[in-house]
Amino acid sequence: MTPVLEVRGLTFPGRGLNHELSFSVGAGETLVLLGRSGSGKTTALKLINRLLEPVTGAVFVDGEPAAGMEATRLRRRIGYVIQEIGLFPHFTVERNVGLVPLLEAWPSERIGGRVREMLALVGLDPPAFAARYPHELSGGQRQRVGVARALAADPPLLLLDEPFGALDPVTRAELQREFRALTERLRKAVVFVTHDVREGLLLGSRIGVLAGGRLVFLGTPDEFRRSDHLECRAFLEAL
Amino acid sequence: MNLFGFYAANVRELLQLTGQHVLLVAASTGTAVLIGVPLGVLVSRTPSLRGAVLGLANVFQTIPSLALFGFLIPLFGIGFWTAIAALIVYALLPVVRNTYVGIVGVDPAVREAGVGMGMTDGELLRLVELPLAAGVIMAGIRVATVVGVGIATIAAAIGAGGLGEYIFRGVSNVNYTLILAGALPAALLALLADALLGAAERRLVWRR
Repeated sequence: MTPVLEVRGLTFPGRGLNHELSFSVGAGETLVLLGRSGSGKTTALKLINRLLEPVTGAVFVDGEPAAGMEATRLRRRIGYVIQEIGLFPHFTVERNVGLVPLLEAWPSERIGGRVREMLALVGLDPPAFAARYPHELSGGQRQRVGVARALAADPPLLLLDEPFGALDPVTRAELQREFRALTERLRKAVVFVTHDVREGLLLGSRIGVLAGGRLVFLGTPDEFRRSDHLECRAFLEAL
Repeated sequence: MNLFGFYAANVRELLQLTGQHVLLVAASTGTAVLIGVPLGVLVSRTPSLRGAVLGLANVFQTIPSLALFGFLIPLFGIGFWTAIAALIVYALLPVVRNTYVGIVGVDPAVREAGVGMGMTDGELLRLVELPLAAGVIMAGIRVATVVGVGIATIAAAIGAGGLGEYIFRGVSNVNYTLILAGALPAALLALLADALLGAAERRLVWRR
């Protein structure tokens, strides 16, 4: 079966990704990219949805080369969530979540139905939240809306860049558990960037460790725990 | 003759001059918005143009108004059109600058989310950047309008009409009532424009 995402030999030396990066992620699988600040993990994510264009290498989504697609079309097939969330402050929750379907020119009844479905999915009561503005939400609620927005057009692939990093520990743990259940149920392919090893072990079906712009480890959480690579040890000692 | 007596005797003229004044400001500021907002967008997209466009607008802004009228009279003749041209030039800087500043000031995370979700540049501009910059752009329009009301007063000196007529007439006859008859409504007009556009501006500011 073709993996949902395949990354082959990506480099971007201008932002620290000096060594060829290759991996693939299948449906229902979550690859956690774990690394310290400046290890190149955010760069790797931005190379996948072409916010940065790779210097070498190629990205394939559902077997199709990303470089051959219009960037906007590619990005609408990839859900994207960042730590700052980036909800549109002048849009209600409903318009925020329905944005990609709107860009894709879905009929408005279908968008409305989809938005309600997505809000319920992330644990927000649609009638209570649809008409609110982002500034009327708590941090955890905002990030739920961010996840709902990323899922709205039913993309096969999700990219998340430390999405829960700014939340308090209790809310973070809640969202992590729910997110894990959600992506398993929806059979999404997920690339999840974090520096939090606990989060990586909880969410990852595989863990990739980036250090100094090189993928130094790639394996299951169990293999990660047993690894004697220095960077893996360093992360495990931080547990 | 006191001020109220003067107004009572010259209602039609007062209304006519006020109308001219409003027309001068509205036509010039309106044109400046039509030119200045697209120009501000262009500058936000082409950083290499930034210095040239904002610098040039700044230079025009610094030229004293009577001198600018003087430069423009050979092109547009004495009267209305020269006044309009000069007022457009003065209104451009605040509009262009605030459009640029408003767009550039949009939260980078919001812009990254928009681009990352697959918005084209046009969609980003129309759905995100311009609505979020609207408050700042409106502040520029407010400044342009208030400055315009002031400079339009001087336009009477080149025969463009407006409330400055009373002021200049009053100065040449040393008639304080006449000076006040022009100065008072001109000042009120500026305060009114400031209040109305300020209210519009506050409605356009979005909370983070």
